Amino acid sequence: MSAAATPSRRDWLLADRPASPAQARLGQAYRTWLAFRANRLAMVGLAIVAALVGMALFADLIAPFDPLRGGDLRTARLLPPSWTHPMGTDDQARDIFSRVVHGSRLTLLVVTLVAVIATPIGLVIGTCAGYFGGWVDTVLMRVTDIFLAFPRLILALAFVAALGPGIENAVIAIAITSWPPYARLARAETLTIRDQDYIAAIRLQGASSPRIIWGHVVPLCLSSVIVRVTLDMAGIILTAAGLGFLGLGAQPPQPEWGAMIASGRRFLIDFWWVATMPGIAIFVVSLGFNLLGDGLRDVLDPKAAS
Amino acid sequence: MSALLSVDDLSVTFGHGADAVQAVRGIAFAVAEGESFGIVGESGSGKSTVLRAICGLAPVSGGRIALDGAAIPAPRRADFYRRVQMVFQDPYASLHPRHTIDRVLSEPLAIHGFGARGARVEAALEDVGLGHGFRFRYPHQLSGGQRQRVAIARALILEPKILLLDEPTSALDASIQAEVLNLLDRLRAERGLTYVLVSHDLAVVAHMCERLAVMQNGRVVEELTRDALRGHAAEQDYTRTLLRASEGFRKDGAT
Repeated sequence: MSAAATPSRRDWLLADRPASPAQARLGQAYRTWLAFRANRLAMVGLAIVAALVGMALFADLIAPFDPLRGGDLRTARLLPPSWTHPMGTDDQARDIFSRVVHGSRLTLLVVTLVAVIATPIGLVIGTCAGYFGGWVDTVLMRVTDIFLAFPRLILALAFVAALGPGIENAVIAIAITSWPPYARLARAETLTIRDQDYIAAIRLQGASSPRIIWGHVVPLCLSSVIVRVTLDMAGIILTAAGLGFLGLGAQPPQPEWGAMIASGRRFLIDFWWVATMPGIAIFVVSLGFNLLGDGLRDVLDPKAAS
Repeated sequence: MSALLSVDDLSVTFGHGADAVQAVRGIAFAVAEGESFGIVGESGSGKSTVLRAICGLAPVSGGRIALDGAAIPAPRRADFYRRVQMVFQDPYASLHPRHTIDRVLSEPLAIHGFGARGARVEAALEDVGLGHGFRFRYPHQLSGGQRQRVAIARALILEPKILLLDEPTSALDASIQAEVLNLLDRLRAERGLTYVLVSHDLAVVAHMCERLAVMQNGRVVEELTRDALRGHAAEQDYTRTLLRASEGFRKDGAT
């Protein structure tokens, strides 16, 4: 066993008998990663999402022009794609590529905020309803039904009317209407988990309900909810773009992809690139999130895997 | 003899109204300290439900359960769980799939405010014949027998007096069964534990228990001692049928 004197990092991660909780957890994560890596399409999705994040982080370095201020309106308006302007320019003589790159920040902001607001609400309400059952379940699920009945765009309109137009209010509107599916999913999962022997066992150890829900039920619901959120990301991006298109989301001159399509719509026939380029960006990012979500489901969701 | 655990006229009913199913119909038994008491019966006779009712996991519709002569309060208190613990039937279902063995064993210690958790976890694993190499493994990295040892360690880590065993070996294959039964025997001798063992296997009960009750349709048909069981001194027809069934099953293996 002299060869094992300097175990590689891989061996340490895949150790049969981990020596610390950190090693056990990292090893588990590494096994998940190995399974995920075997899925080519999921890796494509991950690459797209990583590119989106990278683009948002380094937008100032990547974008060759100012996204908000255009060039000479007499000579640089509505130029077709060229080496200087890879995606052409719009009616304000702004470089569309720079605007698409900066627009990734807004897209990422929407996606992150919705995920951060909607996922915990859905998880908490769903697991509590499922775990306690009875009247708690009835009340929480009826509240969920009420929120499900809100039409997204109408609610967004109401928010815009009340709080003023802007992307933040659009995000709040989307988040408030997108948590109910997560709550239902978490509740359905909890209903199967709560009757398992390991939950009975921890109850027999005297654990309180919050401890059981947080430490034992939520970790098991989390993976399927994460998968669902990732798959919903495409829809969230499209809704945000749709709000931008209607003029309810990001306001001009912000380079939001949906708003860019709306402004390009007027010259769609003669200057196709103005609306098409941000459209392609929306398409690619939505596809990326869908592929990533599918891959995550294969890895994380034990039911889909078997 | 004074009873450590006594069950008197216990009934358990699931559901309400027309859907109500009476799983246990007024059974009574008493278990003395240090004794090992068996409950046998066919599937659906309500024997597991009795254990769950004692723990507060099944809805008690009538009767009394007393520990050390005092009735157990309806929502069980923390001190109850430190005196009574349970081992479940299926070791594949009784360990949380995302928790390491370390977490499974240290969580009850955290709940009840025990100190020196690391040392206690190591000692508990040692006691059930698992080395400390198992401490940070996940349940899916263990075999059925190893999982059941972990489940036993978890039940014993709060140092209870009474262990409720719900068919602790029926999900395991024959060679592992014997190992786990011997482990349980050794632990009882070492710690002076009191067992209530539920099983459909008369051989297991005869090996483990000094006294046993035979259950059928939620009622206790007969109570007898191990010697009576071995001497075929059963008085009830049902017990004799059970005995004959188990004899027939063992004929080719024995003698």
